[in-house]
Amino acid sequence: MSFILDYYNYWVVVFLMMAGFYIVISANNLVKKIVGLNIFQTSVFMLYISMGKVSGGTAPIAVEGVTQYSNPLPHVLILTAIVVGVATTAVGLALIVRIKRAYGTVEENEFDNKDDVI
Amino acid sequence: MAEFIDLVLLAMLALTALRIIFLKDLFAVVMLFGIYSFLSALIFLNLDAVDVAFTEASVGAGISTVLMLVTLAMTGRKEKQSTHSTLLPLFVVLVTGAALIYGTLDMPPFGHPDNPVHQHVAPRYIEESPKEVGLPNMVTSVLASYRGFDTLGETVVVFSAVIGVLSLLGVRRKKRKDLESGLESHRVLHVVAKIIIPLVILFALYVQFHGDFGPGGGFQAGVIAAAAFILYALVLGLPKAFAVVGPRFLQWMAAVGVLLYASVGLYSMYRGGHFLDYNQLAADPIAGQHYGIIIIELGVGITVFAVMLNIFYAFGSQAERSNVQ
Repeated sequence: MSFILDYYNYWVVVFLMMAGFYIVISANNLVKKIVGLNIFQTSVFMLYISMGKVSGGTAPIAVEGVTQYSNPLPHVLILTAIVVGVATTAVGLALIVRIKRAYGTVEENEFDNKDDVI
Repeated sequence: MAEFIDLVLLAMLALTALRIIFLKDLFAVVMLFGIYSFLSALIFLNLDAVDVAFTEASVGAGISTVLMLVTLAMTGRKEKQSTHSTLLPLFVVLVTGAALIYGTLDMPPFGHPDNPVHQHVAPRYIEESPKEVGLPNMVTSVLASYRGFDTLGETVVVFSAVIGVLSLLGVRRKKRKDLESGLESHRVLHVVAKIIIPLVILFALYVQFHGDFGPGGGFQAGVIAAAAFILYALVLGLPKAFAVVGPRFLQWMAAVGVLLYASVGLYSMYRGGHFLDYNQLAADPIAGQHYGIIIIELGVGITVFAVMLNIFYAFGSQAERSNVQ
């Protein structure tokens, strides 16, 4: 049981990564691909935060009488990565809007033979 | 108890992801993705990452859901049936997943205090930063002081993202006043929004200036303030929101935030230190650190606010234009 508890977080992270990866490579719709990419991204965040956790530790805000804190470094990296992530997602969505306007569709299998339209 | 909560929340997260794979209705997909973000914020909270949970809740569940919904308004809400087979992607995913699971077995057990990640720089941040920087929140100390270069770079990335979005979509100011915009006829929404918006802005200011002592800081505050204005734009319509904070002004603000951040670095060089060496800003190094962190967090907050709101303006005005046509 303790073996499962030791690795449970990492296994769920791998599952989520693969779920996101599967959506990215199998989905037809570009918006859904972006959702898949975001799921992948969040699972990477989860991996980092899981590694920063110390059992019995507390949030890294100094308080009297507490000696055991979780690692603040992954928190900093992931905090900024989340904001950068939404900014890049916005660029991706903007590209999709332009694709819709140029091709009239955002379904991957309908792009064929539409290059000569523009 | 914390382990049990972790088990349940992660299982719920996995189920949400599984459901997203099979749904064809993209509106439901986006809503589930909002739930996914909230669940991951809860997990971050459970794993002691309070600042990260704060950011994920406001960014993942708030702004990105809104942006995806606006995109759906322009691209349609149904995913069409795929023509190619799903066997090859499934195979690739299973093989990669198996390799990664095999890799995790070599990782040190979850949560152990002797793990390699906790040995290198983390003890120094935990033990020295309350004395060296003088702030209780170590995440803010590391973000704004020890890794100030990183944060400057990330602020610049956020700034360049808005340049990308604006060059792809652009913000059109509408000339015609007669067009029905927003949900103004919904009296209840109107009244509730007017009560909520000032409180949200007050909260954003609290998060901005209390980030040194509790969870929060410029990134979160910028997103929360932008959310207040997005609510205003959704209820009263884009033209009225443009009258309050125009897109032109926001473009300036986004640049001003980055410049404010960089100018702190240049000023500390002028005072004889290194770039972003806040110790030079005042006679007392701790006071210098305080001034430096407050100013650069303000720069981050201004840029993030302006970028998020401007991105929403770009998408929103695009959606309204496609509705008119």
